[in-house]
Amino acid sequence: MTTAAASRSLSSAVVSARARRGWGDRLFRGLARGAALSLILLVTAMIIGMAGAAMPSFRAFGWRFLYTSTWDPVAETFGALPFVYGTLVSSLLALVIAVPLGLGAAIFLAELAPVWIRPPITFLVELVAAVPSVVFGLWGIFVLAPWLRNWVQPALGASLGFLPLFQGPPYGVGMLAAGIILAIMIVPFITAVSREVLLAVPNTQREAALGLGATRWETTRIAVLRYGKSGLIGAVLLGLGRALGETMAVTMVIGNRPEVAISLFAPGYTMASVIANEFTEATSDLYLGALIEIGLLLFAVTVIVNALARLLVWSVGGAVKQVRE
Amino acid sequence: MNRWLAGLLCSLLAVLGSGVQPVAAQMLMNGAGATFPYPIYSKWFDEYARVDQGARFNYQSIGSGGGIRQITARTVDFGASDGPMTDDQLGKAPGNLLHIPTVLGAVVTTYNLAGNPKLRFTPDILADIFLGRITKWNDAKIAAVNPGVSLPDQAILVVHRSDGSGTTYIWVDYLSKVSKEWDAKVGRGTSVNWPVGLGGKGNEGVAGQIKNTPGALGYVELAYAIKNNLPAASVRNAAGKFVEPSIETTTAAAAASATNMPADFRVSLTNPPGDHAYPIASFTWLLVYKDQPDETKGKLLVKFLWWMIHDGQKYTSDLLYAPLPPQVVKQVEARLGEITYQGKPLLAAR
Repeated sequence: MTTAAASRSLSSAVVSARARRGWGDRLFRGLARGAALSLILLVTAMIIGMAGAAMPSFRAFGWRFLYTSTWDPVAETFGALPFVYGTLVSSLLALVIAVPLGLGAAIFLAELAPVWIRPPITFLVELVAAVPSVVFGLWGIFVLAPWLRNWVQPALGASLGFLPLFQGPPYGVGMLAAGIILAIMIVPFITAVSREVLLAVPNTQREAALGLGATRWETTRIAVLRYGKSGLIGAVLLGLGRALGETMAVTMVIGNRPEVAISLFAPGYTMASVIANEFTEATSDLYLGALIEIGLLLFAVTVIVNALARLLVWSVGGAVKQVRE
Repeated sequence: MNRWLAGLLCSLLAVLGSGVQPVAAQMLMNGAGATFPYPIYSKWFDEYARVDQGARFNYQSIGSGGGIRQITARTVDFGASDGPMTDDQLGKAPGNLLHIPTVLGAVVTTYNLAGNPKLRFTPDILADIFLGRITKWNDAKIAAVNPGVSLPDQAILVVHRSDGSGTTYIWVDYLSKVSKEWDAKVGRGTSVNWPVGLGGKGNEGVAGQIKNTPGALGYVELAYAIKNNLPAASVRNAAGKFVEPSIETTTAAAAASATNMPADFRVSLTNPPGDHAYPIASFTWLLVYKDQPDETKGKLLVKFLWWMIHDGQKYTSDLLYAPLPPQVVKQVEARLGEITYQGKPLLAAR
């Protein structure tokens, strides 16, 4: 058989197979398309539903809702600024603590640790990810907050008290406690995903760097971390997503005071917390509308933060390509 | 493997089938609302199912606000609330809603001071602490009513509920009555704009924060304080007597108010007259339509309510709720007689 004949019979086989399985392909395509569309529909329906319910609040406060900070359910005056601030600051604080910890642990597990010790530590890290948030919250009230009040906050106040970040009376609970609890909760996510990313880096990368005479640290930095950069940012984003939306544990340790304070010792409030706290007892339409508008705002903040992060990934991805070229 | 699965399925179906038979003969009453009385309500529903085999209750403790919304929308057969409905809310309901008092609860002041001494507070002191006017434990006002107690030169950390709750409503309702300034500046509601302090989620959040912070002061439900052995301050009542919070003094608050009880029971019991009345107490209510939409369900509901205010009351003390005083039980009896189905009273048919 000549090659031309062979290829012809092959292509006719494919064509007849396509004819036979055409309905299967169409079904598959339809199902996949339906799944994708239903996601879009779901998000749209959510936004429309929430915007409708938030209408009384839109009408009463307009843009003022975003930049005023009075939250008075009795007088029905509502402003969301302290909640937006609290959500952003507590999540940022969590990232500041969790990113070095999580990445460090992932590098250790993927690059440096003796092989026998990797599975038990990996298992432990994944175990922490499975702990329910209310357990973290209780631990926060009974262990973390007293420890912060008695030891950490006095020490920070004495050494770094000249910074506005570390001033004020030590309550234990507050923005700092919330940031630390969130950090503990997102470290396992960052570690687990980063470890997978690092393990996916081809060994040839490491061998090449080592062959050029790079040290262990240089190899990790130049050949491994840079290669996996966008994946690592993805890991951090996953953690950030969880931190933004976390409700129960944060509510239990943040102090639930709707005010904008620079000090990390001061109590704060987050968007998810106020919804969880007040939704069940909100009776008037305006009050309910204000809480739902906060939900909508949380949605918007999450989308904006994610979009910014996407931009970051793209710009980093571009940089990597340039290095490779 | 398949046979094993089939066997499992068969036995599962058998179990389900046997379960379905008697249930179908029962009438399911749906209710929703307040979380504070949830333990006693579930006890009652459980006990009542033994008295009346035909009754089965499903109660969702979604909060008073949710209870009011659901009964207004008629998605449940009865609602429950820790705070009386406002005229505005009653106006939105499609029928005439009755408030039926079930039990009483009280709110106590708890604190964390070295040695946990027994403390006494006047209404002014409580209002001033929560307004941020009294900030130290050794304030002259506190010392004046607590002779013999050594009060430290320590800051008072106020802790309040962060979640909207009936407990908060009772507390701020009391403060609004005893302090004009509180009434004007803060007012009453299930959540308010607190002048000072930290928010803890639930009784356990408030109590936990107080336990961990020397110098902290806050309010929790009486039942929660008794169960957890928290110190609870005496408060000076309207008659000028310092009264310790307890189940008896809580019931006394309702007994003292019985003489001028409004017919619809939408009354705040805080700061009542009476020598033995603890001043920070309140009813919690079931909300039912005066004209029941379904005869069978209506009969069953009235029968249950009658049982609840009589035999049911004996279960209250075990669960640390205060029972209704006899005067109020009489008044509720009269109200139950007014529940009708198409104009016919349902109680007489019992």
